[in-house]
Amino acid sequence: MSSPEQWTHPEPGGGPAATAAKPTPEQVIAGLRATNEGGAELVELLTPEGERVANPEFDKYVDDIGAEQLRGLYRDMVLVRRADREGNALQRQGQLGIWVPLLGQEAAQIGAGRALKPQDMAFPSYREHGVAWCRGIKPEQILATFRGTQHSEWDPVEHRFHPYTIVIGNQVVNAAGYAMGQRFDGKVGHEPDAEATMVFFGDGATSQGDVHEGFVWAAVYDAPVVFYCQNNQWAISEPTERQSRLPLYQRARGYGFPGIRVDGNDVLACLAVSRWALEECRTGNGPVLIEAFTYRMDAHTTSDDPTRYRLSDELEAWKLKDPIERVRVHLVRNGMAEPEFFEEVQVEADQLASELRAYCFNMPDPPAERIFSKVYAGGNPLLDKQRDEYMDYLAGFEGGAH
Amino acid sequence: MAAPVMDKQTAVPAAPTKLTMGKAINMGLRAAMERDPKVLVMGEDVGKMGGVYRITDGLQKDFGEHRVLDTPLAESGIVGTAVGLAVRGFRPVCEIQFEGFIFPAFDQISSQVAKLHYRTQGMLKLPLVIRVPFGGGVGAVEHHSESPESYFAHMPGIKVVSCANPVDAYWMIQQAIDSDDPVIFFEPKRRYHEKAEIDTEATPYPLFKSRVVRPGTTATLATYGPLVKTCLDAATAAAESGQDLEVIDLRTLSPLDLDPVFESVRRTGHLVVASEAPGEVSIASEIADRVQRECFYSLEAPVLKVTGFDTPYPPSKVEEEYLPDLDRVLDAVDRSLAW
Repeated sequence: MSSPEQWTHPEPGGGPAATAAKPTPEQVIAGLRATNEGGAELVELLTPEGERVANPEFDKYVDDIGAEQLRGLYRDMVLVRRADREGNALQRQGQLGIWVPLLGQEAAQIGAGRALKPQDMAFPSYREHGVAWCRGIKPEQILATFRGTQHSEWDPVEHRFHPYTIVIGNQVVNAAGYAMGQRFDGKVGHEPDAEATMVFFGDGATSQGDVHEGFVWAAVYDAPVVFYCQNNQWAISEPTERQSRLPLYQRARGYGFPGIRVDGNDVLACLAVSRWALEECRTGNGPVLIEAFTYRMDAHTTSDDPTRYRLSDELEAWKLKDPIERVRVHLVRNGMAEPEFFEEVQVEADQLASELRAYCFNMPDPPAERIFSKVYAGGNPLLDKQRDEYMDYLAGFEGGAH
Repeated sequence: MAAPVMDKQTAVPAAPTKLTMGKAINMGLRAAMERDPKVLVMGEDVGKMGGVYRITDGLQKDFGEHRVLDTPLAESGIVGTAVGLAVRGFRPVCEIQFEGFIFPAFDQISSQVAKLHYRTQGMLKLPLVIRVPFGGGVGAVEHHSESPESYFAHMPGIKVVSCANPVDAYWMIQQAIDSDDPVIFFEPKRRYHEKAEIDTEATPYPLFKSRVVRPGTTATLATYGPLVKTCLDAATAAAESGQDLEVIDLRTLSPLDLDPVFESVRRTGHLVVASEAPGEVSIASEIADRVQRECFYSLEAPVLKVTGFDTPYPPSKVEEEYLPDLDRVLDAVDRSLAW
């Protein structure tokens, strides 16, 4: 069921340069272009079977995670998945224009999100509903973007969570700049208020010039930024093979900073590696690249149809690595949670979904004036005139004259 | 805007002295950096070298490497990191070395700089300035002589200005830095060496206002940037043959401030718009459209445009033919008056 990675070996004499990464005809036929093997360097603390494996390097970053904390991470993931499924359903029922599912990436996002300190800053792409959850943003605040009532609803300063960035890769260079500012402000060091930035992007984004430029800027300014790449194997229809001839985390070396690959379906490992990376950045050893090796279990968006480009075998293989199930097994097997706990979380999840649903149905459309609202901080007389003329035009329809 | 506070080391001589436009921008940047420690200057070669046109000369020496950043050589990175710095609370002033190199940053300018304020409904402000030397007439190779301002004037969410003389350059750069909106600041590179007296104690003219720089009665010339001098020279030449031309320096290209143009056209009945940029679907076109709507019954001739041709910028040995000059401006005036 597994497909070994087909990477090139760029070292001199190490093998052919480019052709080795091509999948074999058999692999293409089998639909196994996306691998489910993270390789020997994958950091994993909790196996898909729910077994805790010791890791001398990273155990210390999660030594405070006891039964209660692990139950908390489980709860986070279940609630976020439930909200995500409700978002999908709301789109199918015509309540949202589009939804961007995070299904399968709960551990990658909750692990990273819970590693952030309140003073840290996060720059998401558009799939980071789990990170948003960790930054105190309610699922209903995300709906506005996809229903079309606002472009972005939360206060990025209050939550220290930038608006979703839809243009692929733009946010990476923005985050590098923000992190440069943290350094210029003297917020890098060993003080308790030291800060770091974490920026989220996908495997497809790694082909963007802005991601490359973000890496360069962060490296040369020693910016405290963690580049958090969720490699979910698919950029809409294109497998990672179409983005790179090298495992993505190994790219960091070319820019002069560490890169690490973590099991993106292992919330404990994602938490540990993110805490390590953020601490490196806060204390002046940044930047760091993390590749969270995961899988997009659903479509790219609700407008996408993955059956056109990947086979269900691959999905079935990844289901065995489910990020939530392995924590549940671990909790049960080690007597860290009673059956009532799981029932309570399920009730809470259903309650959250129900509230989200009710909220969505009652979201008012913005008034026509919204078109003209806050284009500029300092105003624009031409725009004011345009607005006034249009509002006068609309007023002409009042009273059923037309 | 309050007059800048300066310490003894950097104080400008009290008596007005003649300064070049390049030096005026340098002094304006210096004044803004002294007033506000959040103002940063960033770009390629702006530090030790002082910029290829020496506009930022001496700033890194006086303000340090954390306030005057020699950046890696990538324009999207310059503007994209400036976005992050602005979100962090800084007021970055980016230099794009030549206008022809701004296009790698076009995505960041269009997708982030112009839209973050609107996207967040004012929760984020983007007080950043992008300085761009523009225009031709300097005998340069390709990509060093273009006039891309219409692209940016077409982009909701940013403001676009162009200075035409040292006095405006000194004040406008400071006002652009003070603006809470992102501003693209076009500097007419072939006028960097023009000189004028600058009274640093004066009250500056508002940034987003156009201005009559030569009153007249026969016809109106509306222009900006490098062609303001061309049009003023044309007006001087025309005066010898009895024509009294009014010249308006637009100064702000987005938002356009056309009230002085309307007022002028209602008096003269004739308008010629001059710009180095290709004329089709341009700022000049927009002015013609607005003037025909606002001054329909005052116009005694169609609005005429004197612009660059609708070609890529030509090899420099023929740029004198491409660029609107005094003769082409006066020819248009004559055609308008004879209509």
